[in-house]
Amino acid sequence: MSDLSYIKRPNRPLQIYAILFLVVLYLPVLFIPLFSFNDSVYVKFPLTGLTTKWYVELWSREPVWNALWNSVKVGAAVAVISTILGVIAARAITRYRLPGKNVLVTFIMMPLVIPGIIFGVALLILMSRLGVPLSLFTVTLGHLIVCLPFAVATLLPRFEGFDKSMEEASADLGENGWWTFWRVTMPMVFPGIVASLLLSFTISFDEFIMAFFLTGTDPTLPMYIWGQLRFPQEFPSILALSALILFVSFFVVFVAQYFGRRGLESDQ
Amino acid sequence: MTETSNSSTKAQRSPGRGGLSGLLHRHENLRGFLLMTPTLLVMGVGIIAPFFILVTMSLWTRQGFDFDTTLTMANYARTWNEPIYGALLSRSFWISGIATVATVILCYPMAYFVAFHVHRNKMMWIILMTLPFWTSYLLRVFAWKVILGYEGVINSGLMAVGLIEAPLEFLLYSQEAVIITLAHAWAAFAILPLYVSLEKIDKSLLEAATDLGDGPVARFMRITLPLSLPGVIAACFLIFIPTTGDYITPALLGGPDGAMIGNFIQLQFGPVNNWPMGATLSMVLMMWISLIALVFLFITRLAREKIA
Repeated sequence: MSDLSYIKRPNRPLQIYAILFLVVLYLPVLFIPLFSFNDSVYVKFPLTGLTTKWYVELWSREPVWNALWNSVKVGAAVAVISTILGVIAARAITRYRLPGKNVLVTFIMMPLVIPGIIFGVALLILMSRLGVPLSLFTVTLGHLIVCLPFAVATLLPRFEGFDKSMEEASADLGENGWWTFWRVTMPMVFPGIVASLLLSFTISFDEFIMAFFLTGTDPTLPMYIWGQLRFPQEFPSILALSALILFVSFFVVFVAQYFGRRGLESDQ
Repeated sequence: MTETSNSSTKAQRSPGRGGLSGLLHRHENLRGFLLMTPTLLVMGVGIIAPFFILVTMSLWTRQGFDFDTTLTMANYARTWNEPIYGALLSRSFWISGIATVATVILCYPMAYFVAFHVHRNKMMWIILMTLPFWTSYLLRVFAWKVILGYEGVINSGLMAVGLIEAPLEFLLYSQEAVIITLAHAWAAFAILPLYVSLEKIDKSLLEAATDLGDGPVARFMRITLPLSLPGVIAACFLIFIPTTGDYITPALLGGPDGAMIGNFIQLQFGPVNNWPMGATLSMVLMMWISLIALVFLFITRLAREKIA
């Protein structure tokens, strides 16, 4: 490509806008950790003093630990199942010339655009009609529907950029299908799998609307937070909890994105 | 027809490859579909079955604490005749529409910047811009409640500085609060498609336009903007459709003036306990969304033909 001087030239106003954009994007979320260290029940300026008592108080709360454990269980199950289903789907979509492939992909991606509340109530009705009691299992099913599109979207580019001749070479050299998959296919799509696992876990861990309709007696962590939002005196502890969740989410997603995109970028 | 008879004779000839495995061995497509089965099964249980039961229940009516399962359009008639439903729907579409337009307009320069003016660490920029989207939606909305609240960041901050005497009440529990929060929370859904469509633009076209005497503005209007329209359209869809049914934001920040159809649907399944009506409202919401999407698609196609 030739040198496009007018594009290469830095555009000051646009740069300033970009910086402002990022600040505004992150600022609201940053108030949560800020106030979680504030030594006052009231979430307002001016700050009255530095404290970690909200975190200490959080540590001794039994329901928080229960909710956390519930969320981790659901998240882990959702991550593993949706990634396996995503691998299978991505493999089938890219490896075979399926008639109606686009329809299938659109179908899988549908939960991305349809309002979550519709899936939530529809599943709720189904479960109640079937007589299935609401539990962490129903939440898991709901989260699977939400996470599958992301898993497939993360894995598809991996499988698409996949050189089929590698597998053929492996087969020619005498490996059977199973070993070819483990020793050739797996290592090549591995970053995508890690990314899919991490993203699915985070989405499930943070998901609210499905859990809102499908939770039985065991709340997930977002459901616990939702329940506590009614009590203003609980605000500081919830802020502390939220700050912790945000911190972990940011970290996990950053790692996932890094894994998910790195290999792809260098392939091109 | 010939192929099936052919395969059956072959299957008879090679007994080791008979039955299902033989069939699968010969038909690649079938193997592909078989591989898809678990995924499709889960999607079927999670999407298709609930959808059918949703349609069915929307045709039922409530009777005391139970349902009258005779199929009737009564609920649909009610949503059509009673003004509250229409008002809630149009308000939902209005709020999401404004939020969508605002998000796309605000995100366009940002996507443009990364597509054209960032040359190193593009991936880092994209991750930075989309990172907040992956974190808890509930907590991001909660953060806005902390900011816009009666004694929130803005009010207490302005009062501490001495700019205002009493808290500004319009900040929280209003349509504006919902719009601001939605626009902020869904930014990533606009940035990604916008960025992809801008990134795809062949830079030599811009060069050609410059050579032929177009200034920066004319170049943008005649090349960049039309070529990035698919991204704009995708962004509009990706934000407008999910936000119309949003529940958390209006529930936490909307108050009575900012309540949307999602809150009303939830009410039917909660306190009001009229599940069939809730199902009907969900169906009506989906129908309107599809209708609006179709009209939108039609208009953009028409516009594109006009340009071309």
